[in-house]
Amino acid sequence: MTGTVLVVDDSAVVCKLARHMLERHGFAVREAEHGGAALQACQEALPDLVLLDRNMPVLDGLGFLRALRAAHGPDRPAVVMCTTEAAQQRILEGLEAGADEYVMKPFDEVILLEKLARVGFAPA
Amino acid sequence: MTPATFTTLTSIVKQRSGGVINPDQGYMLETRLAPLLKREGLPSLDALALRLAAPRSETLAQEMTELLTTNESSFFRDGRPFEHLRALLPVLHRARPPGTALRIWSAACSTGQEAYSISILASELGEADPGFATRRVEILGTDICGAVLERARKGLFTQFEVQRGLPVRTLVKRFAQEETRWRIRPEIAARCRFERMNLLGDLRALGRFDVIFCRNVLIYFDVPTKARVLDALADRLQPDGALYLGAAETALGMGARLTPLPGERGVYGVAAEAERLRA
Repeated sequence: MTGTVLVVDDSAVVCKLARHMLERHGFAVREAEHGGAALQACQEALPDLVLLDRNMPVLDGLGFLRALRAAHGPDRPAVVMCTTEAAQQRILEGLEAGADEYVMKPFDEVILLEKLARVGFAPA
Repeated sequence: MTPATFTTLTSIVKQRSGGVINPDQGYMLETRLAPLLKREGLPSLDALALRLAAPRSETLAQEMTELLTTNESSFFRDGRPFEHLRALLPVLHRARPPGTALRIWSAACSTGQEAYSISILASELGEADPGFATRRVEILGTDICGAVLERARKGLFTQFEVQRGLPVRTLVKRFAQEETRWRIRPEIAARCRFERMNLLGDLRALGRFDVIFCRNVLIYFDVPTKARVLDALADRLQPDGALYLGAAETALGMGARLTPLPGERGVYGVAAEAERLRA
């Protein structure tokens, strides 16, 4: 099952790279440059899945996760964190905040697609 | 990619990891480094070679090396055989007298991901069933290559390696981070030992196994050699045990000693016992 992925990252390069990888495999992609813009995007239309950076201006990834959980509870979209924060403690913080899976940058297409499949989104 | 670029990039890899990349593996540079080129905004491998020749390219050189030396092996590779094993191990546990070990062989184990995946699975089964937790599980990994065995024994994996096949919760539970690498936890490593072994040699000293994983090895052999190895593997397998081959491999037409087990492609049992179970 594919679906709509909201890529939340303040790096235009990462957004472009993720978009390229995801669209090639049948996902529809939207982008937000920080957690605040991502919340706004979720209010407009909930995506099926969020690919979420951690360190961003305005509202960071953990802040976004908590707000998303508060607003949508168990009906929230699946969230895969995608960040350079690769320390074990940082990963645990992401999971604690509600992330379903975790990609450590740098990543490649194989890793990204596998992580998406783990949260129920197999590529087309 | 110019020949000079090929030499530059592969020399860096050799210097940092010892890994040799042959000229006929140029495609590997193209495919594996494509994401790195994209991220760095570089148009070609030639541009990457130029960037690496410039100062402050240390991190980039290391990332490139890890991308090119990541072994084809991965944790829980292909997924389905491990789900089959998850159902099989409790059956074998109940069939064995208390106090004996379940013996599992990861033949051609490379850098150890298969052996450690099986050990992680055994831990998960033990956590779900206290009865299974009392069962000793011994996992032997063998390979013909000493260098990969050294890596397997260390149980230390790169960020790229642990992201392949492992759910993140399994990663943080079964590994401990050491700087940018991840080391398998002692209780998982304790079930595994690694030995140098040629599959074409005399295997009798290994004894018998309840489960044998020999995946993506037979594809490198000609038909007579493949038949000989399958015969030797059948000799090492308990009558009610299971042999797991790679998804693209088959034991069919290689003699009658092994027969497919129902329910999963690529899983074989000793013929007489499998027939008895079907009856």
